[in-house]
Amino acid sequence: MTTHERTSAMRAAGRLSRRGFLAGAGAAAGAFSFGFSFPLPVRAATQAAAPEVNAWVVIQPDETVIIRIARAEMGQGSLTGLAQLVAEELDCDWDKVRFELVKPSENRRRERVWRDMSTGGSRAIRGSQEYVRTGGATARAMLVQAAAQGWGVPAAQCTVAKGVVTHQASGRSTTYGAVAAAANGIAPPTAVTLKDPKDWTIAGQPVKRLDTLDKLNGSLVYGMDISMPGMLVAIPKACPVHGGKLKSFDAAAVAKMRGVKHMLRVDDETVAVVADTFWRAKTALDALPVEWDNGPNANVSSETITEMLREGLTADTQFVGNRVGDAKAVLAGAGRVIEADYGFPYQNHAPMEVINATVRWTPERCEMWAPTQVAEAALDALASAAGLPVEACEVHVTRIGGSFGRRLTTEYVTMATRIAKEIPGTPVKMMWTREEDMVQGRFHPVTQCRLRGVLDADGNVEALHMRISGQSIMAYMRPSIMTANGDPVTFQGLLPGGAEMAIGYTIPNLLIDHAMRNPHIRPGAWRGVNLNQNAVYLECFIDEMAQAANTDPLVFRRKLMANHPKHLAVLEAAAKGIGWETTKPADGVHRGLAQVMGFGSYVAAAAEVSVTGGRLKIHRIVAATDPGYVVNPQQVEAQIAGSFVYGLSAMLYGECTVKDGRIVEENFDTYNVMRLDEMPEVEVITVPSGGFWGGVGEPTIAVAAPAVLNAVFAATGKRVRQLPLKNIDLGTS
Amino acid sequence: MAKLNVNGKVVEVDVEDDTPLLWVLREHVGLTGTKYGCGVAQCGACTVHLDGVATRSCALPVSAVTEENRIVTIEGLGAETPHPVQQAWAELDVAQCGYCQVGMIMAASSLLTQNPNPSDDDIRAEITNICRCGTYPRVLAGVKLAAEIMSTSRG
Repeated sequence: MTTHERTSAMRAAGRLSRRGFLAGAGAAAGAFSFGFSFPLPVRAATQAAAPEVNAWVVIQPDETVIIRIARAEMGQGSLTGLAQLVAEELDCDWDKVRFELVKPSENRRRERVWRDMSTGGSRAIRGSQEYVRTGGATARAMLVQAAAQGWGVPAAQCTVAKGVVTHQASGRSTTYGAVAAAANGIAPPTAVTLKDPKDWTIAGQPVKRLDTLDKLNGSLVYGMDISMPGMLVAIPKACPVHGGKLKSFDAAAVAKMRGVKHMLRVDDETVAVVADTFWRAKTALDALPVEWDNGPNANVSSETITEMLREGLTADTQFVGNRVGDAKAVLAGAGRVIEADYGFPYQNHAPMEVINATVRWTPERCEMWAPTQVAEAALDALASAAGLPVEACEVHVTRIGGSFGRRLTTEYVTMATRIAKEIPGTPVKMMWTREEDMVQGRFHPVTQCRLRGVLDADGNVEALHMRISGQSIMAYMRPSIMTANGDPVTFQGLLPGGAEMAIGYTIPNLLIDHAMRNPHIRPGAWRGVNLNQNAVYLECFIDEMAQAANTDPLVFRRKLMANHPKHLAVLEAAAKGIGWETTKPADGVHRGLAQVMGFGSYVAAAAEVSVTGGRLKIHRIVAATDPGYVVNPQQVEAQIAGSFVYGLSAMLYGECTVKDGRIVEENFDTYNVMRLDEMPEVEVITVPSGGFWGGVGEPTIAVAAPAVLNAVFAATGKRVRQLPLKNIDLGTS
Repeated sequence: MAKLNVNGKVVEVDVEDDTPLLWVLREHVGLTGTKYGCGVAQCGACTVHLDGVATRSCALPVSAVTEENRIVTIEGLGAETPHPVQQAWAELDVAQCGYCQVGMIMAASSLLTQNPNPSDDDIRAEITNICRCGTYPRVLAGVKLAAEIMSTSRG
């Protein structure tokens, strides 16, 4: 070990052991406005921890307000939004707010006082807003009570502004920092009244994120950056054909390579090389002779999977997501049927930070430092693989270098723990290569869809049958929630009603059903989940029907949406924003629309594109969103623009193909994604109508692709029905 | 053994010649701000300055670098006062997960050294780093703001 190595390792280890929490502690949000310098390096949580006011709030004598955050932060910004909600009810000074990440063991020990830590389904804010606001309001009441008791006055006579408690009648005032210790002994009120969102002054504001500064100077420690004295690095390789087995490997062939310590069979399908550094482990793994038993799926290819799915397009099925009237009968008797087949390929999450976890196992205790979206499930997986009681285990949740649903599973926790258990007492950082991450992903599932529609004499939709054939995520990921007929998550955005994923059209004869066909490729929840392809299928086909009716796509949709005012309102907002009925696009530029409801929010997009010499340029997308309430408008805007990059990357390029049973694309050279040169202008319109709480991270991803594809049709007369677009010739024909 | 000039200091590391500079920086020098994203010079998360030029360190063997080459990592970029790119990034809240942002910042600061007043098209053509969170609109705005800050400070 070099001096540098040792020094940095010790520094990191000290940092990890010294803190109760992996605390991020940026400077105050307002303190680094342009023109001010900001402090570098970023300081860690200051001073000795004061006693908490309650589970959500700690106030230091220097007035620093520490707000505890239980949901994972992977870039989506909910850390700051949740802090805003607590701070709003607390009436503290936002400039004094810092954050601290909760550990799952603490949550368990305290009977889940922070509730659900899992972070997915665009639920971080909408799923916790009520109890985090209650936490802030409760802490406020306790602080005020402490001040009032000190003065011997009724708490009801006291007011609070920015963490200063005032008793007007006697002209006295004090601060949260001064009464926080006393507040700790006050019984919390049994009920608090939350503010009306129209009175918000911290929530609802475009404040800066609390977690930015250490991302800008390289000091933020992601899971990949964990370093400890004596730590080893493990790189695993699993059978590239999912479901295949590890037959054998020749450890002796690489045992003498520099830095190499162990060659391990991790489980039935995985081998790992453990060395002192990543590069030495990787070099040895690349040289390690390995024999695989590829199993029964060794001959599966993209072509055979497509065949399997196409069979499902006409097969019998009992799994119906939405049924109105008798679509089949109308279709059978119709003179003219409009029909199209669409398809959406496998996608990899491909977050920038690959899968990793650092584990130290001893016979008495097991600790892990890792990025995860499901901290509590990760703790359970750790304990189970460690063979220790859960009380003897600890998960330190790091901030996450992108995830998009990938780290909702815990198979990598189990894998890292099994490796560490072979090397007791030694911290082992398991890192996947990008290639392993691409091949062993949990893929956006593959589906095909046949749509058949009938127009009545007035050009209105009389009947629509939408048959989806393809893979269920939950059959693999959460079999316990499968119903007798199928996967309830299949019909996202297509359901007859409800507050989460309802279709926005009234069609007198409608049938939406699903034939489950599960290839062996392991599926997962990929940002937007099934809303992605369902929105492409429905919104592009509605456009096809509008064309068949010789009707403007906006006018055509309006006629179907009279009973869906929230869906229609965002569509109208997006259309208005792009000037659908008021301005002509520039020469050669064409427009498309799409709308959908997902994750509790109503979203729509209008796109402007041109196609020149077969080359697509996306000029501009106007997005409209109704999430009920907006907690941080600038972060909502960032999420929407970002979701478009993710969704359009899939539409343009995203495709994981299968050959000889394994995923072919191993890196960004073959799994391309959108870069800055292709980024359109994005205009975000938020129309929060209140009365409900919708998600933000995912819904808009689903409208980017269909809006662009509908604009591509307007530009070229070509319907792109099988994604990605890179495989389609858009040249003039 | 290799001698490197990293952030103005000469360091000696005992590594194999084919070790990519990225892993030398991360595991032997202990500077983990430079990130691994792909290992094939596609994503740019590993971008450092090599003699002032943005260079992807994940596919550059350490043997290709000598003590004469000045390597600057994110830790060395704004060590004394934040670089205008870092100031602009803070002002505009550019980062989401942040993992790729150190590479973005290194690419952007290099671009502004070569081209102090880049057009939108220049920025779009030159910043080819991958961001899966999709921060591109703010990266574009951030580079322009950083150019403004730099031109103001030049007077």
